[in-house]
Amino acid sequence: MINITINGKVFQVEEGTTIFEAAKQNNILIPHFCYMENVHQIGSCRICVVEVEGGKTLMASCVTPATEGMIVHTNSERVRDVRKVIFELMLSDHPKECLSCWRNQNCELQELGNLIQLNEFRYEGAKSKDVIDSSSPSIVRDSSKCILCRRCVTVCNEIQGVGLMNPHHRGFSTFIGPSEDELLGESVCTNCGQCVLVCPVGALKEKDSTVAVWEALYDKTKTVVVQTAPAVRAALGEVFLYEPGTLVTGKMAAALHQLGFNYVFDTNFAADLTIMEEGSEFLERVKDVLTNKDKKSVLPMITSCSPGWIKFMEHRYAGQLPHLSSCKSPHMMLGALTKSYFAEKMNIDPAKLFVVSVMPCTAKKFEITRPEMFKDGLADVDAVITTRELGRMIKDAGIDFRNLPEGEFDSPLGLSTGAADIFGTTGGVMEAALRTVYELVTGRELPGGTLHIQPLAGLNRIKTASIKIGNPLPEYSFLDGVTVKVAVTSGLRGAAELLDQIKNGTSPYHFIEIMGCPGGCISGGGQPRPVNDAIRTQRMKAIYREDEGKPVRKSHENSDVMLLYRDFLGMPLGHKSHELLHTIYTSRSKN
Amino acid sequence: MYPVSELIKNLADQHGRARHNLLPILQGVVEQERFLSEYSMIEIARELDLPASEVYGTATFYSFLEYKKMGKYVIRICKTITCSMKGKNQIIKTIEDMLKINVGETSPDGNFSLLQTNCLGFCHKAPAMLINYDVYTDLTPERVREILTGYINKKERED
Amino acid sequence: MGSVYQLKRVDFIFKDEKDWKVILKNSISRPAHELINELISSELKGRGGAGFPTGLKWKLTAEENDLVKYVICNADEGEPGTFKDREILSKVPLKVLTSMAVCGHVIRSNTGYIYLRGEYFFLQKDLNKAISEFEEYCREINFDFSIRIFMGSGAYICGEETALFESMEGKRGEPRNKPPFPSSYGYMGKPTVINNVETLAHTYTIFEYGAKRFYDLGVQYSRGSKLFSVSGDTPKPGIYELELGMSLFDFVEEFGDGDTKAVQVGGASGFLVPRKRFNETTIGFQGKLTGISLPTGGSMMLFNSSRSMYNVLDNYLEFFREESCGQCTPCRVGCQQLLNGIKAVKRGDKNAQYLDKLLRLTETMQNTAKCGLGQSVANSFSAIVENFREEMIY
Repeated sequence: MINITINGKVFQVEEGTTIFEAAKQNNILIPHFCYMENVHQIGSCRICVVEVEGGKTLMASCVTPATEGMIVHTNSERVRDVRKVIFELMLSDHPKECLSCWRNQNCELQELGNLIQLNEFRYEGAKSKDVIDSSSPSIVRDSSKCILCRRCVTVCNEIQGVGLMNPHHRGFSTFIGPSEDELLGESVCTNCGQCVLVCPVGALKEKDSTVAVWEALYDKTKTVVVQTAPAVRAALGEVFLYEPGTLVTGKMAAALHQLGFNYVFDTNFAADLTIMEEGSEFLERVKDVLTNKDKKSVLPMITSCSPGWIKFMEHRYAGQLPHLSSCKSPHMMLGALTKSYFAEKMNIDPAKLFVVSVMPCTAKKFEITRPEMFKDGLADVDAVITTRELGRMIKDAGIDFRNLPEGEFDSPLGLSTGAADIFGTTGGVMEAALRTVYELVTGRELPGGTLHIQPLAGLNRIKTASIKIGNPLPEYSFLDGVTVKVAVTSGLRGAAELLDQIKNGTSPYHFIEIMGCPGGCISGGGQPRPVNDAIRTQRMKAIYREDEGKPVRKSHENSDVMLLYRDFLGMPLGHKSHELLHTIYTSRSKN
Repeated sequence: MYPVSELIKNLADQHGRARHNLLPILQGVVEQERFLSEYSMIEIARELDLPASEVYGTATFYSFLEYKKMGKYVIRICKTITCSMKGKNQIIKTIEDMLKINVGETSPDGNFSLLQTNCLGFCHKAPAMLINYDVYTDLTPERVREILTGYINKKERED
Repeated sequence: MGSVYQLKRVDFIFKDEKDWKVILKNSISRPAHELINELISSELKGRGGAGFPTGLKWKLTAEENDLVKYVICNADEGEPGTFKDREILSKVPLKVLTSMAVCGHVIRSNTGYIYLRGEYFFLQKDLNKAISEFEEYCREINFDFSIRIFMGSGAYICGEETALFESMEGKRGEPRNKPPFPSSYGYMGKPTVINNVETLAHTYTIFEYGAKRFYDLGVQYSRGSKLFSVSGDTPKPGIYELELGMSLFDFVEEFGDGDTKAVQVGGASGFLVPRKRFNETTIGFQGKLTGISLPTGGSMMLFNSSRSMYNVLDNYLEFFREESCGQCTPCRVGCQQLLNGIKAVKRGDKNAQYLDKLLRLTETMQNTAKCGLGQSVANSFSAIVENFREEMIY
């Protein structure tokens, strides 16, 4: 421990702590801007400078380590003066169109302004950039608003390993993005939206779909169906100032009804269905690999619920595409069923159905545009809005969210089990699959009594578990004594590590769950800001709470899913399933 | 295979394919081609297994790594203070008149590009300029005309 | 010429290098601590402009326990008005190579690089020849040291040592946060000594003649001689080796054209001294004896009364605006808005008081920019605006 004096008070902090962290630990707020938790700090914005006695210049507190006996002033006249000037410089190259900006009142530059309290703009001058790129179905880049904090550069490179968002040129001409003429929509962008999540201003945002949804809602000829992903209910509350980790499932359903959606379905229903399909696919692959070498099945099988991850793989690991489960992501399954099973059942012309997915994800906006996601010219899903966009629509409609009664999902695509809830968090899909697969194979519940597989939960980059199969049912005798090895990762850096193993032939796993965003869908690119590890953990806890509170926690026990198989689909991996619930992938590799 | 792909492959063989070999490879392409086309940068990215955007971001940081098509001879006039005081504007005017191009442009025959650059380190012999990698100092309009005539004749002889 | 001027010409650097083999052989047979102490007692300070004690730099790096270390010669001489490193590399390259190898011996490194600015591409061929000759001799005497040239590509900021490392690693030349310093975390994250070309040439002098000969030159805190690149309004532009500690008045007596109104000491990032301060200004490092003491990489640009100081400042700001790496807010945006600001005042769009607001801006840059580039813009800006205010307005 070392002693540091900040604003006249002595504190003890661990060696290696930065001045910024030392202050934060002791409840001293240093205004900051480019700072991001848990990553290498670039120290580019210089807002967090402090005065260190004996120092010639001021020092950026986010990158300067605290040292023994250091005396720091965070609010001296000198510090406050220069902080104002730096903030003015930021604003001098930023359009002041706050009232029409989608980040109005939810903007870190405005928050900083609230701390710094300017009363004049002394420095006016040139604007460095004006490109607006709306070529992507998921993300819009408005460079005029960019203030070059480089957080998106950090997530795109260091966390996601995609390497698309980078600084280009030099000096005042520096801009952040793909290269000069490259459009996001034609690039290797995975649409994960992690850059959107960390952008402090309005420079990166999801492509708006609320206008299309409002239009559909006002169109009297349309039956508008909405579905919500598991992670949405664990975060939407934050838009309405609930504590992170507050579940708002009932109020969300009520709000959706109030917005005018004719049917409010639950993507969780399709998550249970995914487990039936994906679990069956896994068992079939294992059986092929162990007993029938002629079949071309490959292991490990990798989950396919995360469209950002899928696109990353199509670009970077096209040779490994056969490892992907052929299952569509749950909301695509639900969309396809809405326009077939549900349309048939209710006798509605599928062309008059408009399906909206509320997702924690920006990549889902891209996913619905994939040609495989259309049947007979009709899109499985017509629009995707993010959790943030739903929040905006609820506000826009004047709905008093906090005082809504608890609502419910509609039948027949609204019932779900606890297994579906945990789809929203890293490790959840694997756990849900193993709950069902283990029981199908052995006739017994997962050992341990909680139905959880502890090593797969949490925020570590790569998590693994092994489950030994003993005493299986006769039809699965080929699995007797087999130890099934599984791995779970979230974030594309981890995905690349696991895929490199597969590429090299060194992967020891049978089954891998990959989610494109760190922490899984709970911190997807479409979720409310801010997202940090504390908030991730809260949302994760909420998801597990939802699971544990459910009377039924195993997908194969979802009675409506069973009805669906009996009345419509037949059996998992059957003909109808293949037609509606499974898909194919395309290499996007340029090699 | 395009000749430039071949060139890039050879440069990568020569220098290596690690990140710290990027600059020599970029420089090697510019030495041959006078600029880095989008195609070249994507090829380099592929050869070094780097994101193309990183190659572009690195290349555009350096003012000698041109990313727009340049002429066979790239003229860079020093515009920093001493050269500026000692008449670089006159030199530019002379070249502009002679080649019928403005600063930032390439002559229609693709032979000359005219650019300004920061301090060349010949302040005691200002004004100074580079033509490709060769330095010319103590420039006067007459001297510049002579030098350029030399290049034009050289070009004609080569053709 | 005045009769009392005390400029003392020195001739060490460009004195022939024919004894380099002897000096190399002798030096590498001495223990590292002895060489370090020799450098420390010479009080040689970095000649790139920042003035960090060279012996200490070598000592700190020698004390690191890494198996891989590097010796880098910084030949990214980009400061406007500086051209001495080019001259050293073309006239006495073997001195520089010898010093690099001795440094390698001291810090236990067998790899040296010369980061040569792209503008000096034409030096590459001869320098490579010198390197071959040098390496051959090293093999002869069984001394394991290799030197490679790394070419820059037109970026002033790469003269900043951590930006230079980034550039050598194949990245944008953006300065790193310090600490960590190069002595523990330099090129490729390894302990690295990075010295300016001239600094290395001086260490050769010290190894050749001993620390005392060097120490006896100059004045307290500013020992030894220094190369000065003299340009601008002077009848005798060129490179001169002079003792440190001279007064600017004497310098102008010698090199001025009789009408000098200001001298830019240390290039665009250095200090502009108006005529009224020539007398009280000495050229050397901190710890002034009398009046103001200015450290410098050796760029001396003279301006006579026909020059518009507005144009000079405009030129500097244009330079910084282009050469800023674009990383930190104060420098990236500051340089641009300063340039806009003085133009607005000149046009009459802003009143003269606006210059004071711009001075606040340069103060902020000085206090908060990530590296020396942004921090030093204030130096000439404030001197020009404060001393030639009328020229800024009318």
